[in-house]
Parts: sequence; structure tokens; C-alpha cells
Amino acid sequence: MSTTLIQFSYLVAAVLFILGLRNLSSPKTASLGNFMAAVGMLVAIVATLLYQEVVDYPIVIAGIAVGGVLGAVVALRIQMTAMPQMVALLNGFGGVASALVAGAEVTTAVEAGVEPTGIVPVAMVASVLIGSVTLTGSLVAFAKLQELMRGAPIQYPGQQFVNALIALGAIGLCVVLATAPLDLSLFGVLTIVALLLGVLLVIPIGGADMPVVIALLNSYSGLAACATGFVLDNSALVISGSLVGASGLILTKIMCDAMNRSLANVLFGAFGAVSESAVSAGTSEEQGNVTAYTPMDAAVIFSSARSVIVVPGYGMAVAQAQHAVRELTDTLAEHGIEVNFAIHPVAGRMPGHMNVLLAEADVPYEQLIEMDAINPQFPETDVALVLGANDVVNPAALEDEGSPIYGMPVLEVGKAKHVFVIKRSMNPGFAGIQNPLFFKDNTMMIFGDAKKVVIALNEAVRNY
Amino acid sequence: MLEAPAIAALTILVLALFVGIEVISKVPPLLHTPLMSGSNAISGITVVGAILAAGSDHGPLATWLGFAAIVFAMLNVVGGFLVTNRMLAMFKPKKPKGDA
Repeated sequence: MSTTLIQFSYLVAAVLFILGLRNLSSPKTASLGNFMAAVGMLVAIVATLLYQEVVDYPIVIAGIAVGGVLGAVVALRIQMTAMPQMVALLNGFGGVASALVAGAEVTTAVEAGVEPTGIVPVAMVASVLIGSVTLTGSLVAFAKLQELMRGAPIQYPGQQFVNALIALGAIGLCVVLATAPLDLSLFGVLTIVALLLGVLLVIPIGGADMPVVIALLNSYSGLAACATGFVLDNSALVISGSLVGASGLILTKIMCDAMNRSLANVLFGAFGAVSESAVSAGTSEEQGNVTAYTPMDAAVIFSSARSVIVVPGYGMAVAQAQHAVRELTDTLAEHGIEVNFAIHPVAGRMPGHMNVLLAEADVPYEQLIEMDAINPQFPETDVALVLGANDVVNPAALEDEGSPIYGMPVLEVGKAKHVFVIKRSMNPGFAGIQNPLFFKDNTMMIFGDAKKVVIALNEAVRNY
Repeated sequence: MLEAPAIAALTILVLALFVGIEVISKVPPLLHTPLMSGSNAISGITVVGAILAAGSDHGPLATWLGFAAIVFAMLNVVGGFLVTNRMLAMFKPKKPKGDA
């Protein structure tokens, strides 16, 4: 196949990627969009296999087979509740693949003794740096989400200083290598420093901030591919990489806005590190009484309700309660009650987490309503059922200027006539901030595992 | 100074970023997870570079780095598209009344 034809195939692939992403604008066309993007990828891979330079087919085919089979097995077996981990892992793999390609180009240049010129050495350095940071950063995010390590921020004295020092070291190495790239061992050092940096940058970030981290790493994996595109002078990589980079950046911004925090604050603020003083202040402070209610009490109120809004949070994902919730809402619908779901952008551990779980449980997507659209509906709603959500429904964000989350847009569940809060205990959420919602007069706390409580609620409503 | 191919690539980069921002801003929050996994699969395009690195006989080190890159990139491509497809298949509209 001629080089021109191959280049043309890359253009076709890029167009299919863009059309595919555009079809993601509606759930009706999204599956088609994903299919178009996959076809684009197939076109790009087949075209590349036909390059004259590709002579060693067995190893290429072996790589494609191994990676493809592993990917298929993981994708078909993974539980929907494990999706945040899966996305984190895929980000890391994308990043490391780009770094490895850049590394292969470096070794090729070193062996041939041909010094790369122009923008190529800069791109090589960028690809190795970004790709390596993405790999280990994603692995730490994966470990936190999989609960292989503590979700809470890991901090030590002088952390910022150490990180800054290592980051400066990495940048210094980059500058040296960008001017004199034919140094394999120095590239090795850069790789190690970048891998270390990825770990150190993510360990101080708390579990509740994971949506931002995952979105950002998503963007990095795209930028790494983009940089590799510059190394190879390959437009397919540049276009696709920048599409993914843009996507990750937009999601990062949406997540940060939904928490009313800057990216720098998320990355370096170690939010969710429960400081001793905050805990003692929270418990000694007189906030009123909390009364524990039973599912039976709730059933009495449900019996006279006409509208219910369910507010899911990470607790629903942990308890895998989404199917039980769907059954409860079915029962409520049978009783003529209108049910909707209020989805906060940062509920859960990644962008769109709650939507995926509820879609898995066959909740129609028309019932999944975004924050800005549903907030005006709370005052006309009889019952707001808060399920394992905490900070995203905290009225302190609206009322208490001293609160660390003041200014964050929240779901205004307190305006509903009744609020049921299902929660394991009175422990404050990940941010370690007490929630005045629990002490309001119209709030009823029901303690227990989200799934068990929802099942009991369903029974109680059925038998009432 | 930058040579012509680099300027061309830079031009493509900037234009693609604008296209990306336009297109992705229209994706509703409902589909943000499939957007991430799907765009992740697209970033597996680096497999194109990996195939060239592994298959062009540039010495054993380049070949093996390329091989590893193919494996990771294909994991990304196949895993990403398949899991996105699985997720999107779950997003269903409301059944018409009386159909249940």
C-alpha cells in the first residue's frame, strides 16, 4: 500500500473518531458513535500493518493478539461497580504505551547515531515524561479505588517540598535531554523519576477527589499520544491524542467546577485529610439531636407521598444497592408516586459514575436528572431519599461561610417536605465535614447498609 | 526554528483541540463515563506507532519496547471499546406505558 493511501486511511480514521465522539451527544446515537470510533481504529491499524517498513509480522501480530485478548477478557468480565478502577487502569495503559513508543524511537535514534532535530527531541521527552506519570498515577488511583490501599490522603511532613523538588528534577532532565537526546541511560533516569512523580502526585489525593484525578489522567493519556504523534510525525496520533486531551480537560474542569475548587487545590490541597482539630470541633459542637427511624416509619410517609427524588452517592455504589433501588422505585411507581433521580456531577468516584450504575439496574435515563435541572423541583417534592451521598447534599455549602465546602454547588434536598437519609453511621463523609442536613427537623435518619435498608423499605412500602 | 512538518503537525494539533472542545462540550453528563472509556480507547491510537516500532527491525531493544507498547495499546483499544459498548447498551429510554 502506498504511503499516500496509508496517510489517507489515517484521515478517514480521524474523521470516524470525531463523528463517533459527536454521536456521544445523545444516548440514542451513542452506541453507533462508539462503533464508528472502533471502525476508525480498525482502519488505522490495518493501514499501518500495510506499511512497507513493517517487516517483522510475527511479533506485531503476537502483540496485537495478546493485548486484544487481555482487553476483551477484562472488558467483558468487569463488574459495572468496578468501572472507576477499570477506567483508571486503561488511562495508565494508554500512557505507558505512548511512552514505550517514544522510548523505542529513542533507542532507534541512538543505535543509528542520528540526532533527532527540531521538535522531535522535545516531543520524545514529553511523551516519556507524561506517559510515565500517567502510568504510575493511574496505578495509584486504581489501588485506591480497588481498596488495595487507603483512600484517604497519604501525607508526610515536607510533602509539597519533596514533590516540587522531584518535579523540578524531572523538568531539568527534560531540558537536558531535549538538547542532547542521544543518551539512553539519562532517558532511563527520566523514566524512573517520572514514574516516582506519578506515585507521589496521586497519593495525597483523597477518594472523594478521584473524579478529578481520573479525568485529568484521561487527558494525560491523550496528551502522551499526541506527543508521540510529534515524534513519529504522524497526524493520526496528533489528532486523536488532542481529541482525548481536550475531552479529559473538559471533564476535569466540569468536576472542579462542581466542587467549587481550583485544579491546584484538588491536586495539592490534600482535601479529606481529617485533621484532628476538625474532628474534635465537630463532635463537641452542639448541633442538635439525631433520631434514628425505621423503614416502617418511612413507609408511613411514602404512603401519602406523590413525588420522590432519589439522591444516590458513593454509598450506593459501595453497597451495590442499585438493583434494590430500582425495585423500590418500581414499587413506588406502582403506588402512583412519581420517581426521579438527582445526579450530582461528582457523586461517586468518576464522572458519570451514578448514571452507569443506575442504567445497569435498568433505570430509564430520562429519570436521571442533572443537578441544575432538578434543584428547582425539590420544594415541590414530598420525599428526597438520600442514599449514601453526603457532601453533595450538605447545606453548609450554601449557608456556612466557614465551611471548607462553602460555595460548592449542592443538591438542595433540604427543601423537600421530608428527607430520608440512609447512612451507615454518623461518621462524616470523606471530606471530614459534619453535615447539618442530618439535624434538620424534616430529616429522618435511617442507619444501616444502603442495600439492606432499601430492601427493607421496599418490603415496608409493599406491606403497608 | 521549527521545520515545515512540525508546523503542519502543530497546526493539526491546535485545530484538533478546537474540534475536540466543540464536540465534547455537547456530551451530556449522563454519558461522561462512556465518554471517558471511549476516548480512552481512541488514545490507544498510539498502537499505530507501536506497530511501526516493533515491526520495522530497528534492533532488539526497539522491537521489544514496541511489542510491549502494542500489548498495552491493544488492551486499551479492545478493552476500551468493548466496555464502552457494554455500558452504552445499558442506557435505555423509558418503556412506553403498558409495555411492562
